[in-house]
Amino acid sequence: MNVASGIVFQVLQSVLVVLIAPLMLGWVNQCRAWLQNRSGAGIWQPYKVLNKLFHKDAVLAYNASPLFRCTPYILFGCMWLAVGIVPVLATDLPFAPAADVIALVGLFALARVFISLAGMDVGTSFGTLGARREMMIGFLAEPALLMALFTASLISHSTSLPTIVDALGHRQFVIYPSMAFAAIAFLMVLLAENARIPIDNPSTHLELTMIHEAMILEYSARHLALIEWAASLKLTAYITIGIAMFLPWGIARAGDWFGLLIALAALVAKLALAGAGLALLETLSAKMRIFRAPEFLGTAFLLATLGMLTHFLLEV
Amino acid sequence: MPPLAFSSQLINLFAALLLLLGFAMLTQRRILSLINLFALQGFVLVLSTAVVAYSTNQGHLYYSALLTLLLKVLFLPWILHRLIRALNVRWDVEPLINIPATMLIGIVLVIFAFNLATPISQIAGTITKSTLGIATATILLAFLMMITRRKAVSQVIGFLAMENGLFFAATSTTYGMPMVVELGIALDVLVATLIFGVFFFHIRETFESLDIHHLEKLKER
Repeated sequence: MNVASGIVFQVLQSVLVVLIAPLMLGWVNQCRAWLQNRSGAGIWQPYKVLNKLFHKDAVLAYNASPLFRCTPYILFGCMWLAVGIVPVLATDLPFAPAADVIALVGLFALARVFISLAGMDVGTSFGTLGARREMMIGFLAEPALLMALFTASLISHSTSLPTIVDALGHRQFVIYPSMAFAAIAFLMVLLAENARIPIDNPSTHLELTMIHEAMILEYSARHLALIEWAASLKLTAYITIGIAMFLPWGIARAGDWFGLLIALAALVAKLALAGAGLALLETLSAKMRIFRAPEFLGTAFLLATLGMLTHFLLEV
Repeated sequence: MPPLAFSSQLINLFAALLLLLGFAMLTQRRILSLINLFALQGFVLVLSTAVVAYSTNQGHLYYSALLTLLLKVLFLPWILHRLIRALNVRWDVEPLINIPATMLIGIVLVIFAFNLATPISQIAGTITKSTLGIATATILLAFLMMITRRKAVSQVIGFLAMENGLFFAATSTTYGMPMVVELGIALDVLVATLIFGVFFFHIRETFESLDIHHLEKLKER
């Protein structure tokens, strides 16, 4: 592999994903609006919101600590690093050996710890409430996510995402029934982790039901913009991990410029489909009571476990 | 490991889907969705039977697939839909054990079934041998559903789901039972469902509820 072309691919992918992440969020919102018979704000709306927020002056609570100030940057950095590791466009990226899927889960956990601490930092009751709920969801979602990822790892004998993509996407096509379980578990974790509808409503500011929004109530201007951007990056990162594990066809190898074009087209198509599917799912389901969340995520964990068991029964 | 033939992969996929649907039924709270899941499970069963029939050239399996389609995908769900409309029971099902605990027991059952089936499937010669564990697990999960549910309708659905599992076990171990046996079982299930339907009305008339706990008291009220 040519090192220079690998670095070019890495930079290209990182910049591209950061730029299209708000578009992804806008697309999901637009699809949801269409499904609910509203005209919607347009797919460019998140960029307008970000632009507006970056031009405002930041207001901080008088007792906010440095942690509160630096959390948005840490959050954004974590998510950007995450999308740098995931093989979005090409495998064999120079960043990819830096972290496997377990480290990736750890990266998400790091971001979660910081945003929870920042939520509690100012000392408002909503921030604390949101932070505690976030930690509850997080500790239930993480094992399920790891189990779903392990199912893919068992098949490809590696925990590194590029190898998983290589094993599933670039070799002979084989149906893995265990991946069906892992995919459903992963989808449930995706919904829970990104504050989507059965667990949390991304568009609510209704005080008693919000989780993610409660933690970031105290943020304004550029800090809020970075957090919003990081949230859309997280959604994109999760969707691209899902694509890498369950729909890996079309992802190019580094240094293959023609493959890159195909990979780009495939990525756009898959992201559009995933966004529409997410919107459909959110339209069809209602938000759960918070006490149902352990059941929801417990189901995800058990399905992932079942996936591993099926792997040992059917595929070894 | 050399990759299996495509038809075996398809059968394995359908087996996994059966197990998935069994779990979905176990965790489902609403009777209406339970019936739809049951119909879906029947449909997956039809597909897997058809694939087995195609890949092994067993003509009679096409007939049993057709029978399953007519009986378990179309007719029985239709009867059950009519029943719950007539009885006006679309309520949430109240399980005896809470859902997460039920799922944990379900996982234990699945591990048990997989372990039980492994030595048997190693000596079997059919292309569907590895699915025996899943068939056993589906049967046990349906059993569990019958045990943990309080209302008569969901217990009957558990009974029917168990029959699905048995049917799948039969196709996966011996490429299906003789046609006479299959017809007999199909008729049994059909008649059983009709009788259960009549029973539902009687239970409700006597106790004004479908909760079978009332049946445990033998005294006259």
